[in-house]
Amino acid sequence: MSSRRSPRPGFVLDVDRSTPPILFHHGEGFRLEKLPPGRSRVLYPAEPLPGIDDPEAAIHHALHHPEGESEPLPALLFPGMKLTIAFDDVSLPLPKMQRPDVRQRIIEQVLDLAAAAGVDDVHIIAALALHRRMTEDELRHAVGDRVYDAFAPRGLLYNHDAEDPDGMVVLGQTRHGEDVQMSRRAAESDLVVYVNINIVSMDGGHKSTATGLAGYTGVKVHHNPATMTKSRSFMDQTSSELHKSNWRQGEVIRDAGVKIFQIETTINNNTFGRTGPLAFLQKREWEWTARDRATFIGMQAGLKGLPAARRRQIFHSWEAPYELTSVQAGEVEAVHRVTTENVYRQHLVPVEGQTDVLTMGLPYIGPYNVNSIMNPILVACLGLGYFFNLYKGRPLVREGGVLIMSHPTPWEFHPVHHPSYIDFFEQVLADTTDPVEMEARYEKQYAEDEWYRHLYRTSYAYHGVHPFYMWYWCAHALEHLGRVIIVGGDVRATRRLGFSPASTLQDALEMATDVVGPQPTITHFHNPPILMADVT
Amino acid sequence: MKALRFSRNLPRYAAARLAGSVVSGRGAGPGPLDLVDVDPPELPGPGWVRVRPRLAGICGSDLATVDGRSSRYFEPIVSFPFVPGHEVVGDLDDGRRVVVEPVLGCATRGIDPPCEWCARGDLGNCEHITLGRIEPGLQTGFCCDTGGGWSTLMVAHESQLHPVPDDMEDEAAVMVEPTACAVHAALRAGVPAGGTVAVLGAGTLGLLTVAALRRFAPSATILASARYPEQRNLAALLGADVVVEPTEWLRGVRRLTGSFAVGDGAIDRLTGGADVVIDCVGSAESLADAMAAVRPKGRVVVVGMPGPVTVDLTGLWHREIELVGAYAYGTEEVPDPDGGAPRRARTFDLAFELVRSADLGRLVSATYPLSRYRDAIEHAAAAGPRGAVKVAFDLRDEKERHRL
Ligand SMILES: [Zn+2]
Ligand SMILES: [Zn+2]
Repeated sequence: MSSRRSPRPGFVLDVDRSTPPILFHHGEGFRLEKLPPGRSRVLYPAEPLPGIDDPEAAIHHALHHPEGESEPLPALLFPGMKLTIAFDDVSLPLPKMQRPDVRQRIIEQVLDLAAAAGVDDVHIIAALALHRRMTEDELRHAVGDRVYDAFAPRGLLYNHDAEDPDGMVVLGQTRHGEDVQMSRRAAESDLVVYVNINIVSMDGGHKSTATGLAGYTGVKVHHNPATMTKSRSFMDQTSSELHKSNWRQGEVIRDAGVKIFQIETTINNNTFGRTGPLAFLQKREWEWTARDRATFIGMQAGLKGLPAARRRQIFHSWEAPYELTSVQAGEVEAVHRVTTENVYRQHLVPVEGQTDVLTMGLPYIGPYNVNSIMNPILVACLGLGYFFNLYKGRPLVREGGVLIMSHPTPWEFHPVHHPSYIDFFEQVLADTTDPVEMEARYEKQYAEDEWYRHLYRTSYAYHGVHPFYMWYWCAHALEHLGRVIIVGGDVRATRRLGFSPASTLQDALEMATDVVGPQPTITHFHNPPILMADVT
Repeated sequence: MKALRFSRNLPRYAAARLAGSVVSGRGAGPGPLDLVDVDPPELPGPGWVRVRPRLAGICGSDLATVDGRSSRYFEPIVSFPFVPGHEVVGDLDDGRRVVVEPVLGCATRGIDPPCEWCARGDLGNCEHITLGRIEPGLQTGFCCDTGGGWSTLMVAHESQLHPVPDDMEDEAAVMVEPTACAVHAALRAGVPAGGTVAVLGAGTLGLLTVAALRRFAPSATILASARYPEQRNLAALLGADVVVEPTEWLRGVRRLTGSFAVGDGAIDRLTGGADVVIDCVGSAESLADAMAAVRPKGRVVVVGMPGPVTVDLTGLWHREIELVGAYAYGTEEVPDPDGGAPRRARTFDLAFELVRSADLGRLVSATYPLSRYRDAIEHAAAAGPRGAVKVAFDLRDEKERHRL
C-alpha cells in the first residue's frame, strides 16, 4: 500500500486539439468520441482511494468502538433476545464485488459476537424493499456460503417480503403525516443490526431501515413526483427532500422503540481494477498505453461479433476488486455523518460553473438490472435519475440545457425481473411521460395488481409499482432539462421515453444547438467509476 | 355486360393459392377471376328483380376466394361460375335505391313452407342453401344464378331488398351489409352488463364490431387490438376504450381485467381474462390468442372466416370456454338496456341505424372501376398497412349500366 503513489483526485480537463477521443460507456460496449475543442471539458473521477489493509480488524474495531450514543455491539447482545440482521440487497454495489463481499465479513463477525453472547434467535433479511428477491447464488455471494448454509435451510435467512400481510407493521406517522412501515420481525426485535454498503451518498442512514425494510405503504410517501421534484439532487443530503422524509421516518422508528445498530461501509473507486482486462476504464485516455489501446480495440472487435445476451452475460460476470475505505458502526445518524464524509472523499470533484450540454455514456449496469437487462425505463433512470443527480450545489447542466446520453436502449425487458415494466412501457409511457399525471392515473392500479404482487412475492419480480419510481426518479431532471437525446439507442424506444434519438454524438450535438444555441459549452461526465460533481 | 367472374378451374386455383400466399391479393392475377363480357343473369322466377349495382364492396371472404385460401367447405355451397360481390347498393328498374341482403334462404329459393330457421327469421342458418329454384350458393355473390355486385347487373329477390333512405349516401349504404355481420356478432357475443369484451383484429369487420359493441353493449369495456396506426385511431374513434398492438394483446387484456397469467412474467395465457373475445381474424394464431385471453367459462366468438386451422383445444376443455361462430345475420334479439324484455329486429334494420349513427360511410377508403380490378383487390388486401378500410368497386360510371 505504502509503495503506491497517493491517488490523484478527480479532475476537470479542458478539451483542446490535442485531447484524444474520450471513452463513453455504451451499454455492453463503448464509444470513442471527439469532443469539440475550446468549449468542452471532461470530468474525471478520482483514482481509487487506498483500501484498508485489514478489513477484518477494521470491522472488529468499528463494532467495539461505536459512533454516537451507542454501546459497543457486544454490550447490546444478551441471551434470549431477538436479533435481526438486515443487509443491503443485490442493487449494491455496482458491479458486485469480488468475494468475500464486505456484507459477509461483517455478518460473520456479528454472528460470532451473537453466538458468544448466547443469542440463538437470529434472522437475517435481505432489505430489498420493493426490489426483486435475491436468488440463492446472489445471497450466497453477499453473505458467504457459511452463513447461507447455516441459516437459509432453516428459513432464518430470507428476502424481505413487503407484501406479506402478516409480516408488515405500520409503526406510526411522521409529523408530516407519512406512514412508517416496517418488517414485523425487525420491528419486534430487541436489536436490528443493519449491514450497509455505501456506494453513493444517498445510500445508508435512516434510508436503510425506513425504506429497505418497508413496503408500498411506507415507501410511497417519499417515492413520488412531489418529493422527487423537490429533491435538488438526491445525493446531497442538505437539499434532498427524499432524505428529509427518510429521516423523519427514522425518528418514528426510533421513537417506536426499535433499536438499530447501524454498520456502514464505504468502498473505493476500484471498479475495473488497477490491472486486468478492464483497467483502462479507470484511466484517462491520454494515459492509455499502447497495450491499453490494443486491449480496447480487441475488446470492441470481440464484442461486436457476439449476440447481445452473451455480451450481457460477460459484463454481468465482472466482479469489482473494490477495497473497503471505511467502516463505522453505532447510532444511525452519527454513523452516517462519517460515512458521508468518506463517500465525498472518494467521489467529490470540484467543478466551476454549469454547462449548456451534458454528455454521459451509460454503462451496462444500474441498481435494478443486476444479472438482468437494462430496459429503456432503467436507461432513463440511470441517466436522469442517477447520473444527473450526482451533483452537490447546482446541477452540472444549466436549467433548459440538454442532456445527451449514450446507450443502445434496446426495446427489451427481462420478463421475470421486470414484468410490470413491460406494461408500464406499453400502457403508461404510451400515454404520458408526465410523472404527476401517471401517478394520478395509473400508479394505484400497478401497485395493487395481484399478479405483480404474486410475482414479487414468489418469483423474482420487482414490485408492480417499481417502474413508476424509476420514472419519478427522473422527475427533477425532466423538469430541469430542455431536451434529452439518446445516442445510438433504439429509435422507437427512445421516442416512447419522450427523448430524441440521434445516431452519432455529432448529430446529437447538432440537435442540441436547437435548444441551447450555437457553440454551446459541453461537459462530459466520465462515469463510472463514480464521481460526484461539486458545482459552484 | 361486364362482370368479374370466378370460374372453377383447378390449375388456376393452385396458381392463385400460390400467388395469394406470397402477397395477399395477388391471386387476382393468375387466379380464376376474369373481367368478362357475359349475358345478364335471367330472372329465376316470380318476385325476382334486376339490380344495377352502384357500389360493391370487397370483403375478406372475397379476398380469401380470390387468393385460393377458402376452405373446401364452401365447394358444395357455391355454384360456378359466379360473380362475386355481396356488399351491394344498387338501383332497381323502377328507380328505387336498395341494399341487397345477400343470404339466399328459403324465400329466395321459392321453398314453401320455409325451413324452421327461415321461418324464425334466422336466414343465415337456412337449411336449404343447396335446394330450390336457384343453384347452390350460400349468398348472392357465390351463386351462378344471381350474379353479384362486381358487375353492372345482377338479380335479387324482393325479400332481399332494403330500400335506402334518400339522404343516405351510397358509401354509407354499401357499409350496411358488413355492418350487419358486425351487429350480429356483437349480439351473438352476449357481453354481460359492465363486462369486458376484447376484439382481435381491426380490419373492416373488427372496426365495425367495435362500433356495434359500443352501440349494443354500451356498459361494456371494449379492448381492441390493431396493427396499423389508422386502425388504432379508428378503433378508438368507434368506441374502443383501450387499443393495443397485437404484440400487447395478452398483456393488454390482463391489465384491463386485473387477471393473473400463466408464465413467469412472460405471459403464455391468462388465468382470468375477458368475458368475451371476438376473433375478427380467423387464423390459427388468432383463435389461440382468443382462447388465451378469455376468462374461464367465457365466450369466444369467431367472426373472421377461419379456414382449416390447427388449434390446441386443451384450454377450451380445461377452462370450459364457449366457442361460437357468428355468420351473417337475419333477426336479432336486442337486449333492453334497462333490463326489460328484448326486442326483435331485422339485423339489416339495426345495421342501417348503426351506419347512420356511427357515420360508418367514412370507412369507405377507395373505389375502383371494374377495369382496375387487380389494383382494387391488391388495395383491399393491403388495406391495413395502406391506411385504408373498405375498398369497393364503383359501377356508377360504367357505361353499359344504363344501356342494358
Ligand atoms: Zn362479406
Ligand atoms: Zn331456410
